[in-house]
Amino acid sequence: MKLPLFRPDPASSTRYLFFTGKGGVGKTSLSCATALKLAQAGKRVLLVSTDPASNLDEVLMTTLTNQPTPVPGVPGLDALNINPVQAAAAYRERLIGPMRGVLPEAALRSMEEQLSGSCTVEIAAFDEFSGLIGNPAAAQEYDHVIFDTAPTGHTLRLMSLAKAWDQFLDNNTSGTSCLGPLAGLEKQRVIYENTVKTLADAAATTLVLVSRPQLSALREAQRTSGELRALGVTNQCLIINGTFETNCPQDVTAQAMQLRGEAALSKAAAFIESMPSFITPLRPINILGIAGLRVLLEGDASATSAVSLETDWVAPEMRSLEDLVSDIEKQGHGVIMTMGKGGVGKTTVAAAIAVLLARRGHAVHLSTTDPAAHVAQTLDGQVAGLTVSRIDPAAETAAYQQEVLGNQGAQMDAAGRSLLEEDLRSPCTEEIAVFRAFAREVGLGTQRFVVLDTAPTGHTLLLLDASEAYHRELQRQARSTQPEEVLHLLDHLRDPDFTHILLVTLPEATPVHEAAALQEDLRRAHIEPHAWVINQSLLGCGSCDPLLQRREQTEHRYIREVVEKQAKRTAWLPWQAEEPIGPDALARLASSKLQSVCA
Amino acid sequence: MKTIQVYDPAMCCSTGICGTEIDPDLVNFAAMLSQLKGMGVQVERFNLGQQPGAFVENEMVKDLLTKEGVSVLPVMFWDGEVHMKGRYPTHDERPDWFRAAAGKAEVAV
Repeated sequence: MKLPLFRPDPASSTRYLFFTGKGGVGKTSLSCATALKLAQAGKRVLLVSTDPASNLDEVLMTTLTNQPTPVPGVPGLDALNINPVQAAAAYRERLIGPMRGVLPEAALRSMEEQLSGSCTVEIAAFDEFSGLIGNPAAAQEYDHVIFDTAPTGHTLRLMSLAKAWDQFLDNNTSGTSCLGPLAGLEKQRVIYENTVKTLADAAATTLVLVSRPQLSALREAQRTSGELRALGVTNQCLIINGTFETNCPQDVTAQAMQLRGEAALSKAAAFIESMPSFITPLRPINILGIAGLRVLLEGDASATSAVSLETDWVAPEMRSLEDLVSDIEKQGHGVIMTMGKGGVGKTTVAAAIAVLLARRGHAVHLSTTDPAAHVAQTLDGQVAGLTVSRIDPAAETAAYQQEVLGNQGAQMDAAGRSLLEEDLRSPCTEEIAVFRAFAREVGLGTQRFVVLDTAPTGHTLLLLDASEAYHRELQRQARSTQPEEVLHLLDHLRDPDFTHILLVTLPEATPVHEAAALQEDLRRAHIEPHAWVINQSLLGCGSCDPLLQRREQTEHRYIREVVEKQAKRTAWLPWQAEEPIGPDALARLASSKLQSVCA
Repeated sequence: MKTIQVYDPAMCCSTGICGTEIDPDLVNFAAMLSQLKGMGVQVERFNLGQQPGAFVENEMVKDLLTKEGVSVLPVMFWDGEVHMKGRYPTHDERPDWFRAAAGKAEVAV
């Protein structure tokens, strides 16, 4: 399949551009490179990250806030991060600030606690997001507003919220209804309506689906394409980032990598041909800084030249995933969670661990908090003793609504029940339902092993934030009708003998730094990660392809950084010629050792 | 009774549905208020989490908050007099509210 190179065109670009896709596909790099190109053509560009774990700062090498900040060296380009937790903090401060010294301390504290709930956090971020699109006065000094979005699940939620709230306000009859933190902000409604309209306007908005030449990433792009089309976002295009061709016919790794990519593309041919599609070739370096962004779109002449290999480099001590599992196994039960940036292989690592534990005779439950995850696809088969599920937000919300109507609703009069029914349709309900499902899955770990594949960092951070907020709220209540597992969630997560968190990363700059920041956030919540897992390493692959050699060499410093600075224990997993799918491939992957690869 | 004012504790919304606990008394109360409104009673409701200014403007509420702490909430007024505090009316108490509202209607006639 011959596809053209991706080249942003200042003449035909729409005002709004959304870069979306599975984690780790290069949304940030490509949105930055596009912004750079448009700014260089004399356009005024605002680049916005909606990922709670934004990497814009690192890629642009600029410290950003939630206000537009000029990017040094690129006249015309400003950037900002919409950080939900900070947006919620700002919203809280607007309400609480004027009350300091006026209301008693205890009253301020209770306001603060109430306004730390997950719905406030979600809405505050959503307000900033929709403000940029739906409010004509916002961002009017820019020719283009480019959104670098969080990995799929989170983004679909953000983009569908405008419609959800708009409809909820539309159908709300009682006027006393549950608008969560939106209460009193109904004037926001015009903005939501505008947001819905702008997203659906093909002349104003382009959705840029970013993928890798990998089947899982292409499938996710296809699903996202369909879901956003259903929301009315029809102007879509596709970029396949990191395509690879080798001219080293004798190099097994390089050949396998090329074939794997080509196979994925031909399997997804119908989808790729259904819209304008482009490619960006794999580059030998981590795409960082303005110079790196130029390389992404324009290439680097030195990429194909021979490399002087660092032959004296010695890899630090790392274990296999199997060793790590043997340690954790001793407990007999508990929760193992894989966390990290999108696209680093959290699902693969989680599924491999689940397979190992089940094959050793344990009762194991494998689940995921990622609304866009594919655990069942990765596992692809039955293993005795292993059950699989996923937290599906829509199904969890429906079940929660039924439960509440059945339990609490039974104690209400007719008018109360109809109000309850109406309020349960508030988009806020989903937050609670998902949180309770998460608590339920963690709670299962008292009797067996529960392996939880989490959503990419940003989404996971918000889930933890919600856990802490609920924990505080529950502590204030004398009696609680909440299930046991909800009450004990945070205690379970904080118990290092019960919950083992594995931070998964690639040996590359951004995934390592995102995992390091996540580790800090977890520690602030008094949760200590058990180990790090370095995945898809080219170390010892013995490639003679200059591009792969340079990539392998680039890994060295990040492997060092993980083992020496970040991790208490580190497991190492090699790059795989085949996507590891199915119990045998997963078990084989888990037992890989660095030495055996070299030998 | 012509007017009702309710000063709620900090909560996500007037029915508490997006919080950790759903209190049937609270949902029934919210539904009752909207029925009372339909009967012509003037109902005002303030949420400490969203309209804290109202708690400062009402001297009585501010005083109660200072003396008894946040557990004094909710505070409910009938025609400017404190009618109930610290909890929502139960199933058995709600008819009083309708009677009081109807009483007002009869007097007005």
